[in-house]
Amino acid sequence: MAFEGLADRLQHVMNKIRGKGKVTEADVKEMMREVRLALLEADVNFKVVKDFVKKVSERAVGQEVLKSLTPGQQVIKVVKEELTELMGGENSKIAVASRPPTVVMMVGLQGAGKTTTTGKLANLLRKKHNRKPLLVAADIYRPAAIKQLETLGKQLNIPVFSLGDQVSPVEIAKQAIAKAKEEHHDYVLIDTAGRLHIDEALMDELKQIKEMTKPDEIFLVVDAMTGQDAVNVAQSFNEQLGLTGVILTKLDGDTRGGAALSIKAVTNTPIKFVGMGEKLDALEPFHPERMASRILGMGDVLTLIEKAQAAVDEEKAKELEQKMRTASFTLDDFLEQLGQVRKLGPLDEILKMLPGANKVKGLNNLQIDEKQISRVEAIIRSMTKEEKMNPDIINSSRKKRIAKGSGTTVQDVNRLLKQFDEMKKMMKMMTTMPKGKKKGFRFPFM
Amino acid sequence: MSFFKKLKEKIAKQADTVTEKFKRGLEKTRDSFAGKVNDLIARYRKVDEEFFEELEEILIASDVGVATVMDFIDELKMEVKRRNIQDPKEMYSVISEKLIDIYQASGDETTELNIQPNGLTVILFVGVNGVGKTTTIGKLAYKLKNEGKKVMLAAGDTFRAGAIEQLEVWGERVGVEVIKQSAGSDPAAVMYDAIQAAKSRNVDILLCDTAGRLQNKVNLMKELEKVKRVIEREVPGAPHEVLLVLDATTGQNAMSQAKTFKEATNVTGIVLTKLDGTAKGGIVLAIRHELNIPVKFVGLGEKMDDLEPFQAEQFVYGLFSSFMEREEAQGE
Ligand SMILES: Nc1nc2c(ncn2[C@@H]2O[C@H](COP(=O)(O)OP(=O)(O)O)[C@@H](O)[C@H]2O)c(=O)[nH]1
Ligand SMILES: [Mg+2]
Repeated sequence: MAFEGLADRLQHVMNKIRGKGKVTEADVKEMMREVRLALLEADVNFKVVKDFVKKVSERAVGQEVLKSLTPGQQVIKVVKEELTELMGGENSKIAVASRPPTVVMMVGLQGAGKTTTTGKLANLLRKKHNRKPLLVAADIYRPAAIKQLETLGKQLNIPVFSLGDQVSPVEIAKQAIAKAKEEHHDYVLIDTAGRLHIDEALMDELKQIKEMTKPDEIFLVVDAMTGQDAVNVAQSFNEQLGLTGVILTKLDGDTRGGAALSIKAVTNTPIKFVGMGEKLDALEPFHPERMASRILGMGDVLTLIEKAQAAVDEEKAKELEQKMRTASFTLDDFLEQLGQVRKLGPLDEILKMLPGANKVKGLNNLQIDEKQISRVEAIIRSMTKEEKMNPDIINSSRKKRIAKGSGTTVQDVNRLLKQFDEMKKMMKMMTTMPKGKKKGFRFPFM
Repeated sequence: MSFFKKLKEKIAKQADTVTEKFKRGLEKTRDSFAGKVNDLIARYRKVDEEFFEELEEILIASDVGVATVMDFIDELKMEVKRRNIQDPKEMYSVISEKLIDIYQASGDETTELNIQPNGLTVILFVGVNGVGKTTTIGKLAYKLKNEGKKVMLAAGDTFRAGAIEQLEVWGERVGVEVIKQSAGSDPAAVMYDAIQAAKSRNVDILLCDTAGRLQNKVNLMKELEKVKRVIEREVPGAPHEVLLVLDATTGQNAMSQAKTFKEATNVTGIVLTKLDGTAKGGIVLAIRHELNIPVKFVGLGEKMDDLEPFQAEQFVYGLFSSFMEREEAQGE
């Protein structure tokens, strides 16, 4: 993506300051301008940005930054702290009614991802909380919306309550709850039709469902790619229904996701979960700090580390970290890592989480699919031990031999060598990054 | 002749009903944009730094995008300096002229679809999840059928639960045939089938649905390229249009969508949906400016007839009609 993260933005200002050796209030002002632009580019609502920048400026001018030897980093720190705080604590609890069933209503605009998220939530409730949910098909408007939920129910083996598309959603919800009681479901998840927040008739329908079912949770489902309008949508749904939580979808895309901040700021409702893919287990708790980094364009390092740690052999990871530090990482290590990468999930998703990954030239070519991974493996396997340890010696006759041995072309070999080179550069970049509070900073996937 | 007069004359040639509908659909967009600019101009007595700051915010609130807005404001400032403008009222025409410049920098091309006079026309729909691809296909099928065309739909979203059935419902509503395979089958194979069926049944226009995909999923983008290749192979010159569907609610990510989908499928036009909401879809300005992809249709609701061809002049007229009325009143 073309957008610069906050760190890059501040770099320009920093270079100027370094020349002068002293930070002035004017410098701080200029830095705040960059903060503002970075947030706007990330789709944070301009009013929210305004308030936010004001707050950060106060802290910045109030000595913290002025006195600092590293004002750029200090600004980032202040911004990130404030942002994380605004984002709220971590909270992925789901209410439990004192008398079952617990009723959860899913609401939002058209195309936000309500139906898929309803399926994911049911899956999570059953898997993690040992619950017995009932799905309710209350979208009688969109063609085949009921069918969509039924299909998801079948895939998950979770029952779906439906009365077709000729019965009012209020009646459907009412009967669903009776049914849930009868069959001892402890959760009822109501999938409502997408609607515009300014559609009075349809907003009334939601109010009636709320009146009828007395839900314990009303989740607003919002597309993470939403722009400036997110505040209007969230505010309006909140005022009319009283939301208890927000779920952010399609966060597996490459959006900065500034809407998260806007929504939190105007509704003061916790963001509880994020959708990370189309599969039914791709629903994760919301992490405010990671979201703050993402909005600032600093890479979702923590998510990455967590994923990596879950998938990778500890011992090997340590060894690798050492290698990365000393830059003695070889093609052999790379080969081994490829095996581990497969356990992490799609490579493009992993790369996306790296700070600065969008800046490294040639990295796009790294977004390789499974077939390409196999090809890369074949190429490396066709190298001699010496070549693997020291790829610099691979001249054109060696390349021809390797290509032949692996059933690939010289171009393929060239591409791999170039990528490997880029990768080493990136490792260097990452290992020299400030370590922050997390221990054992490592990237065992490479 | 004054700038607004020219614009108005151009529009006068187009059917009144269309312009009316367009105005209505964009009512909210206009209200909030022109309304805010009006308000701004009324409140200021001098064109100063603060004036520009507020104008900047109005544009940003429409999702026009920071970079575009900054360039725009810079140009305005230069213009103001050049013409030595001080009275905010003079800003009406400067702002509109410059905005239209952005819109039409790349020429006045029509938004008409590239429909073959003889033989089969294939239109491929692409975009991320939930933007309105399937609904737009339903609406466009209705429109084309009313124009006397024989239309067929291809159920190329074999992935999302219920997607095939959704398109089938639209097929029934409109009264056109839908070619499908079972869920989970290869979308390229569906396209192949559909093209053979379209050829043998003398269909004029085949509208091809595809599964929504986020543009950063490399494998899914490759799949889409394959779908397009099959179409290219089976019908020389096809697909005659590749329409990228964008949700007006989307912020800056729409630019990334446009870039990546253009690279993968050579997008020829944009359908901007959900303009019946409160979002403005201002990012299409930047997309048109940077990538030269024109908007061809806008979605103004969920009903069959809620699709309108996009006319830059009408869009601008919708945005600026209150300016124009004002300027006329001033008797230019
Ligand atoms: N309000 C409004 N809703 C729309 C418009 N176009 C599509 N939708 C709705 O957006 C949702 C997603 O549309 P769909 O066609 O399934 O999207 P797809 O996943 O891209 O095929 C559905 O609920 C549609 O009814 C529009 O112009 N205005
Ligand atoms: Mg669809």
